[in-house]
Amino acid sequence: MNRNWQVVIGLEIHTQLATRSKIFSGASTSYGAAPNTQACLVDLGYPGVLPVLNGEVVRMACKFGLAVNASIARRSVFARKNYFYPDLPKGYQISQYELPIVEHGELFIQDDDGNEKRIGITRAHLEEDAGKSIHEGLDQYSGIDLNRAGTPLLEIVSEPDLRSAKEAVAYMRKIHSIVRYLGISDGNMQEGSFRCDANVSVRPRGQQVLGTRTELKNLNSFRFVEKAINYEVQRQIELIEDGGSVRQETRLYDADKDETRSMRSKEEANDYRYFPDPDLLPVEIEPAVVEQLRASLPELPGAKKQRFVREYELKNDDADILTASRALADYFEAAVASSSAQAQAVANWVLGDLSAALNRDSLDIGDSKIPASELAGLVDRIADSTISGKIAKEVFEAMWAGEGSADAVIASRGLQQITDDSAIEAVVDAVIAANPSQVAEYRSGKDKLFGFFVGKVMQQTGGKANPGQVNAILKARLGK
Amino acid sequence: MSLDKDQVQHIAMLARLKLADDEFAETVQKLSRIVAFVDQLSQASTDGVTPMAHPLNAIQRLRADVITEADDRDHLQQNAGAVQDGLYLVPKVIE
Amino acid sequence: MTAELHLLTLTQIAAGLRQSEFSALELTELLLRRIEASDQSLNAFITVTAEQAMQAAKRADAERVAGRGGVLNGLPLVHKDIFCTRDVLTSCGSHMLDNFVAPYDATVVERFANAGAVMLGKTNMDEFAMGSSNETSFFGPVRNPWDLERTPGGSSGGSSAAVAARLAPAATGTDTGGSIRQPAALTGTVGLKPTYGRVSRYGMIAFASSLDQAGVITRSAEDAALLLGVMAGFDARDSTCIDHPVPDYVAQLSGSLKGLRVGIVRQHFDAGLDANTALAVKAALDVLKAQGATLTEVDLPNLDLSVPTYYVVAPAECSSNLSRFDGVRFGHRAADPKDLFDLYCRSRGEGFGAEVKRRIMTGTYVLSAGYYDAYYLKAQQVRQLIAEDFRKAFSEVDVIAGPTAPTPAFRLGDKTDDPITMYLNDIYTIGANLAGLPAISTPCGFADGLPVGLHLVGPHWGEAAVLRCAHQYQLQTDWHLACPEAFR
Repeated sequence: MNRNWQVVIGLEIHTQLATRSKIFSGASTSYGAAPNTQACLVDLGYPGVLPVLNGEVVRMACKFGLAVNASIARRSVFARKNYFYPDLPKGYQISQYELPIVEHGELFIQDDDGNEKRIGITRAHLEEDAGKSIHEGLDQYSGIDLNRAGTPLLEIVSEPDLRSAKEAVAYMRKIHSIVRYLGISDGNMQEGSFRCDANVSVRPRGQQVLGTRTELKNLNSFRFVEKAINYEVQRQIELIEDGGSVRQETRLYDADKDETRSMRSKEEANDYRYFPDPDLLPVEIEPAVVEQLRASLPELPGAKKQRFVREYELKNDDADILTASRALADYFEAAVASSSAQAQAVANWVLGDLSAALNRDSLDIGDSKIPASELAGLVDRIADSTISGKIAKEVFEAMWAGEGSADAVIASRGLQQITDDSAIEAVVDAVIAANPSQVAEYRSGKDKLFGFFVGKVMQQTGGKANPGQVNAILKARLGK
Repeated sequence: MSLDKDQVQHIAMLARLKLADDEFAETVQKLSRIVAFVDQLSQASTDGVTPMAHPLNAIQRLRADVITEADDRDHLQQNAGAVQDGLYLVPKVIE
Repeated sequence: MTAELHLLTLTQIAAGLRQSEFSALELTELLLRRIEASDQSLNAFITVTAEQAMQAAKRADAERVAGRGGVLNGLPLVHKDIFCTRDVLTSCGSHMLDNFVAPYDATVVERFANAGAVMLGKTNMDEFAMGSSNETSFFGPVRNPWDLERTPGGSSGGSSAAVAARLAPAATGTDTGGSIRQPAALTGTVGLKPTYGRVSRYGMIAFASSLDQAGVITRSAEDAALLLGVMAGFDARDSTCIDHPVPDYVAQLSGSLKGLRVGIVRQHFDAGLDANTALAVKAALDVLKAQGATLTEVDLPNLDLSVPTYYVVAPAECSSNLSRFDGVRFGHRAADPKDLFDLYCRSRGEGFGAEVKRRIMTGTYVLSAGYYDAYYLKAQQVRQLIAEDFRKAFSEVDVIAGPTAPTPAFRLGDKTDDPITMYLNDIYTIGANLAGLPAISTPCGFADGLPVGLHLVGPHWGEAAVLRCAHQYQLQTDWHLACPEAFR
């Protein structure tokens, strides 16, 4: 954070809606098909064809609006945004301009100081996605693939309420989490299902008037959002401090060079000439429909987090991470339900070893090699002292490798903890007998040697002795 | 109101229309004539009148989310001037 | 008998086929010969689909013999070249699309084909339907069968000329500002523009989406009713096509005009209306009165603003609708473009004719930053006022009657220098488009040897009323039967 400058950021998030067919045509929206095999007459803007609105798109937009406490427009209107570009087949994009479907929403993030902060959502409107230009391997040409053209997009526009790249990322993660909870988007950033533009400006602290902003285009990962904004903020501050001024322009973030640069192709005077699309009629949503949709909403991340803290007595941060993804939260709850251990212990395993293993193997929680009930079984064996936490890690890896449930692994590998006092005493006595000089040193005050004895006992029991009991018995036997 | 050459040039740019020189001069003159003609609208008093985008007071019908279109690329690309590997070709776009 | 087949209306042909007085193939071949013979003089067609027509006629005959077939089985008709026809050139009268083979059928084309109609070809038209004289066609002007030096009207000029010259008993057309009714008036044919939303626009190449409506040009109101019953109705592929019941228009033709309240618009007979045209129209009104209709004056105070309103709204929509013609996926593509901008500007600059370019530029201008409110928004408001005027008028009358066009057919070249003079041709017809109303033009006499049209406008969904009025008028008069000398 800079003491002299305040950063002002607004995000425009484009999220593809997870419909089967396109927003205005019956072509498939699935990703990765051969070029132009999912571009029908309507998507290609053929002469004479007309758009017909996909009802699911409207319902999805409403669900989003309700999830961010926004108002759902009783009547919204589609407009044409006119400009020429090869990935835009009709020469206009069907979007919403004056009367968007969702307005005046909000959500809450943690700001840089850890306090809850409200971020306003100006609006969310429906529009059609454009196609893609391909530049490689075509010599002096670009190739146009219009499979993506007409995929439904919800553009979510925030108020300029964000004050740092970190806040921007926190906000974007919240939106990402919400659309996935609602099941209205797969949120897949690699495939471009969830991407954003950032409007960034800086102003001297205390100044009311906003500085000149630049628009950073097409940021398709959380990391890039953070890096691009940080770079851009620094660039703007240095520019102004050197006596220059920021030019209002569109800039592209180059991830390879970690810098933003002006997009000259967008520099020519654009005049989008929005006007109501005469091929589409106003969309009306009855209040009863809105109420039905409201009743159908799942528990959302914010509410779920509150409940996890309340019901499971989880740490705030843990609840936050567990509820960021609905699948992860569901896994956690399933594990807690089949475990007799404390929920926090289950959370620790889900967020610790399990998350690490998933990460290592690039798996989603849904593809976890250990089902929730079996992870619960493992946590239970720690809780009932069958195994130690340390042994549990070995059991976990074996379970991950497919050796079966915790009980099966413990049995087959003979990892059951030794909790019989007399058995431990026997080992302790043997260790003391075998190391007289260390015993003498310890007794003369070299406390650090205690660990040596613990290690020896553990070594001789193959790590299976209950650590608490080992400590207690050693202390008693070594005396002092 | 009449249009000057710069305005007409700008409009032609927005509309992506290349006009030949003689055509351009005629366009400036005829567009000015048309604009002067439609300027009559300014006389109408329209305070508080709701703009009319559609002749009928109907609302948008919603389609079921169903895939109805199959791949017809080869047929549809027969009208295209330049295609390669299923892609429509345009002069290289630099971003 | 067979020598006179080309003079028959659709209704008469249907009866003749039913009674096996002739075959669909026989009729089709006759009309194809007539089309070929007139090609030099009229230039009414862009494409003649002779082979497909004969195949379709043979199929229709087989159906008929088998006692099957749709309501239009074996009836020949021609389509304005604005309707997409699968595997057939669909040029829209433009160089832009002079190589465009549509990969699909327009709903209108499909419905007629499914009903058994035989398509003979695609008719010439003003480029992208922008024009009132057919002179903007890339394929050259169509000539009026009544006087080859004169226009058949536009933009559906090929359709009106073909029907007037007895090359086809019926033709489809489209009407954005009068493009069916004005050519019908100028050629002594019947032209019907239905209520906006009555007929699907799917597959009809868009000019101005909120104004365009498909209709027909025929030689009788009865035929127009027959065709409307087939083409009208809900289409899931057009969001603006309304799911409104389709009555039996033919059945509703009967019934006298007694008690019918006919509104006369005073402004229609102001300066600007040709004196002999006025005489013919007034005489027609007298006929309606004699049939029991009551004539009352109605006021459309904002009517004089309809042309300027139209020339903002229509170009605005067209500027956007025609952006898809960029040389990439279909249509004319400039040779050797040096970059993307050049590809766009030259493909469009070369592909579009002068009038289309002017309208695109007018539309671009009225939508552009700084002018939107003064032009586009203002026009949308005035459009509301005009629609309101009609709503009020239709609370007092059942139909509004007047001239279709201010003059009879003018000479080719007479109005090409000044766009405004040309635009004012549509002064009586544009209101119905702005308000989305159904209207018909029916022949009502001659002025200086050229046909004059009587214009009848109805309230929304009032097609049956205007068709009945025109039909009852036709029962009392024979103007619609008049045939240009050279095409008997």
